[in-house]
Amino acid sequence: MIQFRNVTKRFGQFTAIDDLSIDIFEREFFALLGPSGCGKTTMMRMLAGFETPTEGVILLSGQDIDPIPPNKRAVNMMFQSYALFPHLSVWENIAFGLKRAKMPKQDLKERVEEMLRLTRLEQFAHRKPHQISGGQRQRVALARSLAKAPKLLLLDEPLGALDKKLRQDTQFELMDIQEKTGTTFVIVTHDQEEAMTVASRVAVMDHGRIVQADTPAKIYETPNSVYVADFIGDVNIIEGRATPNDGETYRIDWAEGQEPLTATSAHPFEKGQACHFAIRPEKVTISSERPADAANAVQGKVHDIAYLGNLSTYHVELANGTIMKAQSANTRRISRRSYTWEDPVWLSWTATAGVLLAD
Amino acid sequence: MRRFVLIAIPYLWLLALFLVPFFIVLKISLSDAAIARPPYIPQFDWAEGIWAFVRELDFENFIFLTEDALYWKAYLSSVKIALISTALTLLVGYPIAYGMARAPEEWRPTLMMLVILPFWTSFLIRVYAWMGILSNEGYLNQFLMWTGIISEPLIILNTPAAVYIGIVYTYLPFMILPIYAALDRLDGSLIEAAEDLGCSRAQAFWLVTIPLSRPGIIAGCFLVMIPVIGEFVIPSLLGGSGTLMIGKVLWEEFFSNRDWPVASAVAVVLLLILVIPIVLFQRNQQKQAEAEQ
Repeated sequence: MIQFRNVTKRFGQFTAIDDLSIDIFEREFFALLGPSGCGKTTMMRMLAGFETPTEGVILLSGQDIDPIPPNKRAVNMMFQSYALFPHLSVWENIAFGLKRAKMPKQDLKERVEEMLRLTRLEQFAHRKPHQISGGQRQRVALARSLAKAPKLLLLDEPLGALDKKLRQDTQFELMDIQEKTGTTFVIVTHDQEEAMTVASRVAVMDHGRIVQADTPAKIYETPNSVYVADFIGDVNIIEGRATPNDGETYRIDWAEGQEPLTATSAHPFEKGQACHFAIRPEKVTISSERPADAANAVQGKVHDIAYLGNLSTYHVELANGTIMKAQSANTRRISRRSYTWEDPVWLSWTATAGVLLAD
Repeated sequence: MRRFVLIAIPYLWLLALFLVPFFIVLKISLSDAAIARPPYIPQFDWAEGIWAFVRELDFENFIFLTEDALYWKAYLSSVKIALISTALTLLVGYPIAYGMARAPEEWRPTLMMLVILPFWTSFLIRVYAWMGILSNEGYLNQFLMWTGIISEPLIILNTPAAVYIGIVYTYLPFMILPIYAALDRLDGSLIEAAEDLGCSRAQAFWLVTIPLSRPGIIAGCFLVMIPVIGEFVIPSLLGGSGTLMIGKVLWEEFFSNRDWPVASAVAVVLLLILVIPIVLFQRNQQKQAEAEQ
């Protein structure tokens, strides 16, 4: 539905978007994820029409949108600051776009009421934005941007101003509404958890490029680069050199005097090629004895324990000083924890638990 | 105790510098004119007590104001001039304030400085300078005749036009600053949101920028209108004898006629007229403060 074709955007000397091409499909919940300054907001503003690409074209349903001004695009945006009109009531805010489209009065009234129901704001219709809470404001902003039934809805850090609990509830609400309305959503966020929760596809951005665009599960389980692996969630990264064994398994020599690791990779590595082995802490098992059947096992001692309630993250110092994180669920009460500081432990994982990444 | 002192200071200030002088003026307005020094016979005497004062009380000076058409014409003309010049100042000031708020961040202090700069010179000197510009042989006429636009000098000085020019010039900063403050606070994403929802630039300006700068517009209009109603210097220097304004009448009553009681009555009525816009202004400020909470 949306196609970016070799889009470049420069602000003076600074390149915000660098020769970027990507397709976004109909009815998709697409997340642009990246640290601040990676160009994700610029991409969104180009879709809304507030910026024009320096080079390349953006197609919306096959049509170049560059000459269309923002007020003529079938695209609506939910602003980071919500940008609710403070002098208008909630009702009037939602009706604002419909009035500009010269919708007949009766239809307009029905549409606004429908939006109020959808966002559960019926009883606040006649309040002014400063008289409602942050979460309600966020819903007004959403209702306002959905009222015109846009083909594409852009959400710029929509949940940034909400506290954690409210944010989680709202994430599910957003997904519900997206499903109900069938609108294509593009969300910009720097919060990886948020992107993973709401989006059907996540694009991880860095320095004006999309590093990887895939489903949340694939991004998490099989990141294509150290950058993505490191940006999304917690990860242990071990540098080493790969040597092909038979099939898709590789031997990784990673430290002097340490047993080599074994990992599989769909992506081929040459003999002796530098590589990074990335493994998520929750895929590392911690035990006091060396497990007999583990493909990989390293010994170390507990350096630190981060207790997160449901989980504990153990920071284990290996013999060469590397710190490796292992996570385990706290199925038992904390007083009965098996390991404590300075305990010698074994970390183990299977050959398929991690991914092997080239430089 | 400390809180009490803190509250007491502004009230004492008001009492000493506003309320006490006001009651003196009110007292004079209720007394009779006389050739004396000071030129009135006090109606109220501490020795005779309050009852003697009330018994003798009359509003002859106020009644006199209603009998002579000069006074109500002067009030009316002052209000008219104030309204028109406020509208003119708004027309000139709003685009300037808008331009300032839209200017690049690093220019704004300089632009602000330029608006405030005229205050560094005495107000009186600046009005005299306008006499030099607007007179028949003044710079404006010299320039226009030099360019050949006109062959006869324009008569501007000593006409209402000169008064409007003087007022707009003098009070422009009072209009610009509150509007600028309102526009400066305006979140740029609101305009973008309006455009995103289908507004053209002009519609966004009309539907978002203007309503949101309204508190600034109202504040600016009152800040200009209230002092202009009682303005004396500009009409007497630039307006000539043709411009009737209550400030001038007041001055003449006081200094030329030496009729202090009538002059005081004029002042009291002027104050009553001004109370209405001042109260409205206060309510506007209060509403704005509430809206910002």
